[in-house]
Amino acid sequence: MVAGVPDETRPSPDALLKAAQKEARGKFKIFLGAAPGVGKTYAMLAAAHRRKAEGVDVVAGVVETHGRAETEAQGAGLEAVARRHVEYKGRALDEMDLDAILARRPALVLVDELAHTNAPGSRHPKRYFDVEELLAAGIDVYSTINVQHVESLNDVVARITRIRVRETVPDSVVDSADEIELVDLTPADLIARLNQGKVYVRDVAQRALRHYFSPGNLTALRELALRRTAERVDDQMLSYMREHAITGPWAAGERVIVCLDPGIAAANTVRAAKRTADGLDAELIALYVETPRHMLLTEAEQARLAEATRLAGQLGAEVVTVPGRSVVEEVLAFARSRNATRVVVGKSRRSRWFELRHGSVVNDLVRSGSGLVVEVASSSDKPEPKGPIDWLMGAPRSIGPYFEGVLTTALATALGVGIDTHVALSNISLVFVVPVLIAAARHGLVPSLWVSTLSVVSYNFFFLPPLYRLTISDPANVVALFFLMFVAVVASALGTRTRAQAQSARREARTTADLYAFSRKIAGVVDLDDLLWIVVTHLARLLNAEVAMLMPEKNPGESGHLVLRAAFPPDSEFHDADLAAARWCWDAEQATGRGTDTLPGGRWLFVLIRTSRAPIGVIGILSLGDPPVLPESARRLLEAVGNQAAVAIERVALAADIDEARIGAERERLRSAMLTSVSHDLRTPLASIIGALSSLGSHRELYDEATREELRGTALSEARRLDRFVGNLLDMTRLDAGVIVPKREPVEVGDLVSTTLRRAASALQDRTVVSSVAPGLPSLSLDFVLAEQVLFNLLDNAAKYSPAGGRIEVEARPAGTGAGDRVEIVVRDEGDGIAPAALDRLFDKFYRADDGDRRRAGTGLGLAIAKGFVEAEGGTIAARNRTDRSGAEFIVSYRTAP
Amino acid sequence: MTGDAATILIVEDEPPIRRLLRTALGAHDYRILEASTGAEALASLRHHRPDLVLLDLGLPDIDGLALIGRIRAVGPVPIVVLSSRGDEAAKVTALDSGADDYVTKPFGADELLARIRAALRHRLQEQGAERTFTSDDLSVDLVRRLVRRGTEDVKLSPKEYDILEQLVIHAGKVLTHKHLLREVWRNETVDPQYLRVYVRQLRQKVEADPSAPRHVLTEPGIGYRLV
Repeated sequence: MVAGVPDETRPSPDALLKAAQKEARGKFKIFLGAAPGVGKTYAMLAAAHRRKAEGVDVVAGVVETHGRAETEAQGAGLEAVARRHVEYKGRALDEMDLDAILARRPALVLVDELAHTNAPGSRHPKRYFDVEELLAAGIDVYSTINVQHVESLNDVVARITRIRVRETVPDSVVDSADEIELVDLTPADLIARLNQGKVYVRDVAQRALRHYFSPGNLTALRELALRRTAERVDDQMLSYMREHAITGPWAAGERVIVCLDPGIAAANTVRAAKRTADGLDAELIALYVETPRHMLLTEAEQARLAEATRLAGQLGAEVVTVPGRSVVEEVLAFARSRNATRVVVGKSRRSRWFELRHGSVVNDLVRSGSGLVVEVASSSDKPEPKGPIDWLMGAPRSIGPYFEGVLTTALATALGVGIDTHVALSNISLVFVVPVLIAAARHGLVPSLWVSTLSVVSYNFFFLPPLYRLTISDPANVVALFFLMFVAVVASALGTRTRAQAQSARREARTTADLYAFSRKIAGVVDLDDLLWIVVTHLARLLNAEVAMLMPEKNPGESGHLVLRAAFPPDSEFHDADLAAARWCWDAEQATGRGTDTLPGGRWLFVLIRTSRAPIGVIGILSLGDPPVLPESARRLLEAVGNQAAVAIERVALAADIDEARIGAERERLRSAMLTSVSHDLRTPLASIIGALSSLGSHRELYDEATREELRGTALSEARRLDRFVGNLLDMTRLDAGVIVPKREPVEVGDLVSTTLRRAASALQDRTVVSSVAPGLPSLSLDFVLAEQVLFNLLDNAAKYSPAGGRIEVEARPAGTGAGDRVEIVVRDEGDGIAPAALDRLFDKFYRADDGDRRRAGTGLGLAIAKGFVEAEGGTIAARNRTDRSGAEFIVSYRTAP
Repeated sequence: MTGDAATILIVEDEPPIRRLLRTALGAHDYRILEASTGAEALASLRHHRPDLVLLDLGLPDIDGLALIGRIRAVGPVPIVVLSSRGDEAAKVTALDSGADDYVTKPFGADELLARIRAALRHRLQEQGAERTFTSDDLSVDLVRRLVRRGTEDVKLSPKEYDILEQLVIHAGKVLTHKHLLREVWRNETVDPQYLRVYVRQLRQKVEADPSAPRHVLTEPGIGYRLV
């Protein structure tokens, strides 16, 4: 204990969190027995009856009575969910109906035989996954298991009983039980029951059964079961103490590292490590050091490694892979980084010769002086199978290298003969080192041995007396042969390793380059669909597979609803069942489908991709390789690419969010500008109108005829102004809504100008208007109404910003490169012109060139509408100051009708 | 011209506008009937046989365009449509389906009265009362086929004359492109571009300043009108 550490007196957050997670889940109780026949099912049913008597809603999901009368009698009176009938290879199998139970939603369900393997085609390969799902759904579960089915005890039991059961349950599942009840029976009683025929063991011959139920075995098994339960009680005690912050003498979290290796005993090593870790209540980390030799592993070795990796995961270990050159160095470094105290390694039955060449991990670890406790798990009693000999593995199978050897030897011989005739060299055999080295470096051991043999023969034949005869009279000959072979062995070993490293480096470089290329490709993509397309095409090429990308629908309220967003090839077959598997993957947040524990019968493999913030989507892989299962290296690549893709997708989504926010801010600015405009510019004329009319109404007699006429005139002109404002607002709304579709017709420019001037007459009352239309202008293809409004707004603007009595010019003229390519309509006024700062914003909505406190009447929409209409018709509009005098000039340019 | 005794049926669902129209038109000695729905309008049409219908296109119970067809089925009473700016397509459809003219809301009293007078005159002209048109310096006599600007006779080509004849027959009233093409070319599918070319030539001859016409006016997006 460390006195005074405040943390120790407060409940550990982790412990409380675990307890909270357990709250929502159903309670899980396991009835553990040492051997079949001890009465687990009976005990479970008895407990169920007690619960039912307490008023709990109990149903029997699956109860195996094996025809035992007393068990059947005990089962009576409990509601049973009908089994699901499955046809498999002509056999009718009864399986627990998981969906029916989930639909029934009892408070407690009985699920016998936790280790049961489900019929192929079921949702989960193992019953304990079913139980997981029931628990996750908040249903309490009672289940039974024999001690030999517990994964980490599996081979201990096998060693005791000589019978290995194939159906095992991961320790993590057993450990997750809230309660374990040991169903105990003394060996003598059990043997008595066996003799009465009350014990049933599936798939075990009667003779083997006799051996199994020997008193010695049963005693050992009983001890195992008792010990397991006792450990469990310890655990519960501990976790209780932690939850209630009772300071106790438990060790600080120890860590045990188990080294994964591709040896035959890999799985045993992992199980042994699990027992050690459990015994120490330590965290288990499975470490694989990927050395250059990894590339040389045989299929069988790779399979064993994968098996051991999976087992480690199932046993609740954290699995870590680190690349490195030396296993020992990496293990030591890793142990230091994780503060681990214990390393478990498997001792393989390798030859001393192998250990001489490659070193022994065990010996090196022990010698390292790191302070680590090194535990060696002895290998199984079976020796390593005799595969092809190690050094033969790399031998080239084609004839080429051997033929090349003949050639180089011949060249060396010729060279030797050449030297021999000119120079008296005492040891011409040195010449033959060259072809041997070449063969060793280029092709490995076997070709170099072949060349050394050839060399010795030709040395003997051409240079040793008696010349041109193959005889070994001289011991020098034997010495030469020995040295050449020694060179061959050493050089080829070096060459092989170098080549392997180079290959591995090349592969790594290619992977890195691939990832780099991928990240560069997706870096600039801003459109989600483009991005998804790049991801699926890239993955399809990288993994030689069909690839599908699924993401939740946009609506975050239905985030569980996955839909197919992209696939390569785009016509990939994707069935409803595949979609269901993908949704499962999304909901459970774990890989699903081919090569995994859930729905392994599916065609696709689904993996979840996520960022640190949230899950993003599901990638589906339909491998086109043979067999269609992704190799481990491809899985890692998939993970790397998936992570990158997830980050990129999140980036695009965030960018879209930011865009939306920016658009929202802009919209907000416009809205407030419009509010200002509406409240000010609509109220001003309304005030005039109401004021004038109410004066006329109440005090008519006070005014003379001229005043009355003036009031009436004011009301009318203000009402007209109001009408123009409303018209502008409506036009702007139509533009914003994008509902303006120009109704094009041939328009005479002269007609356009004269018609507009007529309509604008009242606004232009006290201005001199001069219009000039160049003769022979071609007709334009325009919407007459829109074009008229544009010109009207420009004239209105000119009237507003120029002094009374000023001149307003309207000019229509041909423009553009080709004759009559475009027609320009120019409106000029004699006002103050446009301030340079205003030029940019002149056509913005609600922009007004205010000068000081003199605010012009208007909505600030006229020019924005003009610009919108002109652009809707494919024309352009520009504003500038006049060069000949003060004043502004607006130029509208339309293309002529083709 | 004795339009003063004419009866006008106002079909409009907005009471303020109905009241305004009643006041404005009543002051000019028209007799006023009112209807706020299409059904009321049709009933009133059958019972009181008004001389003109002033019709708002947006009615609560029936589409204004459909109502024009129903009114035309009852009789040849002139119809002046009240519509809003920016809805040129509806105006053209209304004119093509039998309405005589339109007034854009918001409208001035003078404009409305001018349209009503033109529509009522049109009815009289159909009955053969008037075959001449005089406005400022332009006078047209359809009986003698004489067109005069100021004191000069104007020579028109047959197509130009045909166009002017249509405009004079319906003086003050807007004529759609389709109407003119049908009456002058006897074919509605002729390219309206021809019409524009002839109207430009016509203006050269009958207008004092062809670049600022005062008689043959363009109604943007709809057609032409003679004033």
